[in-house]
Amino acid sequence: MSLLSLEHVSVAYDNRLILEDFNLSLQKGQLLSLLGPSGCGKTTTLRLIAGFLNAEAGNFMFSGKDYTKVPVEKRNFGFVFQSYALFPHLSVFDNVAFGLRLRKLKEAEVKKRVNRMLETVSLGGFEKRLPGALSGGQRQRVAIARALVIEPDLLLFDEPLSNLDANLRVNMRVEIRRIQQELGITTVYVSHDQEECFSISDQVAVMNNGKIEQLDHPANIFKYPASEFVARFIGFGNFIAFDGRNDEGADIELSRGELKFQAAKRPGGEGNTGLLGAIRPDDLQLLGAGADMGTGTEGNALTGKVQVSTYLGRSYQYQVETELGVFTVNQEMEQPFIQGQQVTVYFPKEKLVLVQ
Amino acid sequence: MLSLYTLLVFIFLLGPLVIISITSFEPGTVLKFPPEGFSLKWYKNIFEVSAFMETFRTSIVISLLGNLLALLLGVPAAYALSRYRFHGRDTLNAVFLSPVLIPGIVLGFTLLRYLIVVYNLPIVAGLLIGHTVIMLPFIIRVIASSLENFDFAVEEAAQSLGATRVYTFFKVVLPNIRSGILAAILIAFLESFNNVDISVFMTGPGISTLPIQMLTYVQNYFDPTIAAISVILMVLTAALMFIIERLMGFAYFTKR
Ligand SMILES: Nc1ncnc2c1ncn2[C@@H]1O[C@H](COP(=O)(O)OP(=O)(O)O)[C@@H](O)[C@H]1O
Ligand SMILES: [Mg+2]
Repeated sequence: MSLLSLEHVSVAYDNRLILEDFNLSLQKGQLLSLLGPSGCGKTTTLRLIAGFLNAEAGNFMFSGKDYTKVPVEKRNFGFVFQSYALFPHLSVFDNVAFGLRLRKLKEAEVKKRVNRMLETVSLGGFEKRLPGALSGGQRQRVAIARALVIEPDLLLFDEPLSNLDANLRVNMRVEIRRIQQELGITTVYVSHDQEECFSISDQVAVMNNGKIEQLDHPANIFKYPASEFVARFIGFGNFIAFDGRNDEGADIELSRGELKFQAAKRPGGEGNTGLLGAIRPDDLQLLGAGADMGTGTEGNALTGKVQVSTYLGRSYQYQVETELGVFTVNQEMEQPFIQGQQVTVYFPKEKLVLVQ
Repeated sequence: MLSLYTLLVFIFLLGPLVIISITSFEPGTVLKFPPEGFSLKWYKNIFEVSAFMETFRTSIVISLLGNLLALLLGVPAAYALSRYRFHGRDTLNAVFLSPVLIPGIVLGFTLLRYLIVVYNLPIVAGLLIGHTVIMLPFIIRVIASSLENFDFAVEEAAQSLGATRVYTFFKVVLPNIRSGILAAILIAFLESFNNVDISVFMTGPGISTLPIQMLTYVQNYFDPTIAAISVILMVLTAALMFIIERLMGFAYFTKR
């Protein structure tokens, strides 16, 4: 049974529906990310779970109880804000102790727990500092400690790393995942950064326009996006609209006019529905015109001409014009293709996925 | 050239203050410049004219009580105006600030016309209401400007940690706008304590404020007592301004 579920929830701002008939559930101990472009409703979903917002319709169930009308302060959920939202007038120690003191713990116990938590987030020795005298990364850790020390039943993060610089972001997300797993705390994590979401999550929900487009393990989403939106969002830059498919053989047979393509079936069989083929620039292969591609590769190829070639550092990126439009290919090589050169674009069938 | 011009403006502005200060030490019975000697006699006189002491007390009491009332009304109003987006917010903002825009004479006359004449309120009550009204916009504006720097996510953080809204307001919001509140109190106090245009309508037999008493006094006497009081008030005002400047930054005085 799931620990948390949103059931047919609707949320509106000024009579404009942001979430409509929204459903989401999460197992105990898991970290779920809400991933999507800015404005798609991630924060709204998170604030609804936290209790800062009321639903127009639907229910929020938690731990088998109806939490729809439970006020924020009674929920015992930890919230980590994008702006950290530390209490500016309180020291690091008092910030972290805030929730414990409200729970009427003895001061000795408060001290013990706060100190232990500050050790966990590597902030021992910073107890007396005011938030204003901390770096961004340190503030973020105080915010996490403050949310964790109350032993919340659920931990909520709203883009907690977006104000940090790139290196620190990577370190902090590893840290967040470590602490989350160590304490086994159920977590909902919001971000618009796919790498961040994929690296720390048990489940990722890709959102678009107030709807969840796909909810799955990160690796499955990465390999098998379910919709064109998800595919585009996670970097499938190339699309072919097919006009026929046949699922009877070992592979899916696809056609576009006279052209034939094959796509491997997904292990387990599900997914790969639809007629739109998608493939990442990294997965396309570029060959010199007339090169021998070996047996079993008939079809799945288009001839074309290199339009633009740019150097990306580890690889070259080519825009190749074909009869089905322009494709983007990233490829490492010693002797790069040059502009105007005739080439063959090859679509490995294991990498070609079909989306709605 | 420009600096000479600045100097002239400076002399023009500060000159009268300097002259008043100097003449307040005149030993004779008539205000004159330059003074003919040095004496603290007129300073002593302030404390001997009972009307000054009484009206001083009235002024203090009215300013402090009015301040309290204005705070009770103004803090929640400033909070609501900063915290929430709602219909008519801009209109309300304008209404709360209107006493700053309406000439004091007009406001004073209106208050007299209604509070005293129509509703027959006692003079003290009228005076108190009048002063609350003139302090309110200052209280609201100063506190709202210090709430502008307050991240309301902090409030939500407190609630997510288990604090009620009321607890959050007193333990999280108020401590963070403490200096703003203090500055608001001082600014409103200055505004009320020095007020003439409202008070002049709201004072009556037996009850007056210090500035009104000063006006009455100069109509009858021309000795340096008023100069001496002015000096004391100037020093007091400067001290308060200094504290406000410390609390809010000098920018407060330059933006209107
Ligand atoms: N307080 C608000 N009032 C009105 N509209 C809002 C408010 N907050 C968010 N919205 C709108 O709701 C939509 C979803 O916002 P949000 O949940 O913040 O998106 P995300 O966190 O995914 O960027 C956006 O179109 C945004 O403009
Ligand atoms: Mg957001």
